[in-house]
Amino acid sequence: MADALQAPAKIGKPRRLPLARILVVQAVIVLAIVGLGWFLVDTTLANLRARGITTGFAFLNMPLSQPINHSWLEFTPGVHTYGRALVIGFLNTLTVSAIVIVLATILGTAIGLSRLSRNWLLARTAGVYVEVIRNVPVLVQLIFWYQLLLQLPPPRGAIQIAGGIFISNRGIRVPTLATDGWVWIALACGIVAAISVPRLLPAEGIRGRGLWLLRMALLLLPPLCVAWLTGSTFTPEWPHLQGLNFRGGAALTPELSALVIGLMVYTAAFIAEIVRAGIQGVPAGQWDAARSIGLAPVTIVRKVIMPQALRIIVPPLASEYLGVTKNSSLAVAVGYPDLVAMVNIAISDTGQAIEGIVIVVLAFLTISLAVSAFMNWYNARIALVTR
Amino acid sequence: MTVAANSELPFTALPDEPPPQGERGLLAWLRRHLFSSWISGAVTVVMIFVLGRLAIAFFDWAIADAVWTLPGSSIADTQACRQPGVGACWALISEKYRFILFGIYPYEQQWRPALCVAIFVAMYIASANRRWWNRWLGAAWIAALISIGVLMHGGVFGLQAVPEDQWGGLPVTLILSSFGIVLAFPLAVIVALGRISKSSPLVRLICMLYVEIIRGIPLISVLFMASVMFPLFLPEGITVSKLLRAQIGIVLFIAAYLAETIRGGLQAVDAGQGEGADALGLTYWQKMYLVVLPQALTLVLPPIVSLCIAFFKATSLVTIIGIFDLLNAGQRSVGEPAWQGFGTEAYLFVAAIYFCFCFSMSRYGLTIEKRLKRSRQ
Repeated sequence: MADALQAPAKIGKPRRLPLARILVVQAVIVLAIVGLGWFLVDTTLANLRARGITTGFAFLNMPLSQPINHSWLEFTPGVHTYGRALVIGFLNTLTVSAIVIVLATILGTAIGLSRLSRNWLLARTAGVYVEVIRNVPVLVQLIFWYQLLLQLPPPRGAIQIAGGIFISNRGIRVPTLATDGWVWIALACGIVAAISVPRLLPAEGIRGRGLWLLRMALLLLPPLCVAWLTGSTFTPEWPHLQGLNFRGGAALTPELSALVIGLMVYTAAFIAEIVRAGIQGVPAGQWDAARSIGLAPVTIVRKVIMPQALRIIVPPLASEYLGVTKNSSLAVAVGYPDLVAMVNIAISDTGQAIEGIVIVVLAFLTISLAVSAFMNWYNARIALVTR
Repeated sequence: MTVAANSELPFTALPDEPPPQGERGLLAWLRRHLFSSWISGAVTVVMIFVLGRLAIAFFDWAIADAVWTLPGSSIADTQACRQPGVGACWALISEKYRFILFGIYPYEQQWRPALCVAIFVAMYIASANRRWWNRWLGAAWIAALISIGVLMHGGVFGLQAVPEDQWGGLPVTLILSSFGIVLAFPLAVIVALGRISKSSPLVRLICMLYVEIIRGIPLISVLFMASVMFPLFLPEGITVSKLLRAQIGIVLFIAAYLAETIRGGLQAVDAGQGEGADALGLTYWQKMYLVVLPQALTLVLPPIVSLCIAFFKATSLVTIIGIFDLLNAGQRSVGEPAWQGFGTEAYLFVAAIYFCFCFSMSRYGLTIEKRLKRSRQ
């Protein structure tokens, strides 16, 4: 009691900080930070001079003598430069992230919905999957998948999965459709047209099934026309054994396969939880109301539940996608040449650590700004419109 | 009573109705949970088939066909595990578990890292108990961390000195994550306060830059920076060990994420609380320490627990810069020729250890979340 009564005496009198004191505090902070920065820059420069390292980005034009095992661009060791290697690494980071984001979203949504299923076995299995996968570090999983892939039989004893997909210790081999390059470009145009053209139509334009027909036509017509005009054919290329390895089809190297499988399995568990939380976040009354006006279960999910659940799902999903792009840097551990792996090589070779980190920061900043911009746009599109 | 007195008829109970048919018992449960519709039934049948096949295959591999012990660990001995039809080679674990858990720490001294692990686990359990959340717990943590440092390092009290490059396995993982979180916490609180500081735009800017840059780059870059760049920042003659460099990198990384979470909590505390403290004449630090922070930290306790799980898992990345943590020890245990090709067993063992720690943390997080929800109602 006595303590409580005496307590106010210890507390200072009500007062406002005088302007002079604020300014002094600010000045001290500025001086401290500038001093620390000066000290760091000074010692760093001295250290760099002592080791004979020149600062600057000139190393980007020097040739890299190491081969790169997965590349979209041509790369000859000793001829092409660090700059080109970094571009290849950036493209590889984007490749892995894009594949993983698409696959993990599909798998994660399926698992999240399964966890909500009334089927006890399905819900429990999905629950066990999520709990086990979320509680083991992604790097352990990646290395686990990688060594498992390398232990598979050689191409001669490859395991065939339906549809001519082969898995061996040389990675995953999938059939492809061989055709002229222009047809692929036309297909890309078709995809853009199928997405954008219906949007340009007036609001009360084509709807429902007609809209889907229009989209399919916009998607398929350009490649088919180009194929007809150029006289190119579509020949499926099946992977087949020739000598000791497969020929034909497209190959995912063991490194890329392990990275994609590992990140997909890991990310899917987190996306499943996001989807589940989103759907459970829709009030139960919405289900009851939709049922009471006689909507079919599929319609209830598509037209009533999903539009509301998406508003809860999209923001955490965006940060999960950013997490995927950052986790793709674990490629270093399995030897897949992503951006961070390339930067690490450059730093080890040339010692230009600061420039390397600047490149990593800028690259990931670009990716995260792009992903945030897209997700913000999507979020705005699905947001509740109030009048 | 009165009803019975008024009516002439004596009260007789009707015999109990039998329980409703088909709503109790095993069969009804099966029908409701596994075969509620044709689709559900089909899913159940397919899943029983697939899961059954997987379970049998796993049982055969892991138990029925497994090799549990080998006479030695030479290449000739381990050939027994490479015969066709032989499943898991758990002999690897029985031969190498001390190596995976404690690395190359001197064999007869390994009671010291084992004791460290025990202290860590005891401290985790003590910290989970809400009755002990007071300043003594903080003091206990400091004492525990110091004694762990002494135990691992040795060189005093008659303990044999063991240099850091011989530390390895589980203690290193626990040291990196526990020291990381304990040291990052005060830094995170200061950065969070700096980010919402109203009086100093410069402090706000610096804190924002720090948080956003660290959160924008992958942990592996932070670790690489710590291991490669850190020596460049220091004047000639001062060297910092590899483990300590990684530890500093992890602390800086954790602090950025924690700061962002704590900032969320600070902003969620009702503005009236701070104004009330101002009106009482509390100074800034009194206001924050006595009024705002306790409420803010309580609010963000569940996200902090999930961050702790994430950081615990993330420490496995130090493997990439060559630090001898649990994952690295597992990786190296299958590195020598005699044991090559048994990675599956080694990584399952390592994964099981990580799982035990993370799963208990996530269960604990759930109970905290439930308790907080109840207290808010």
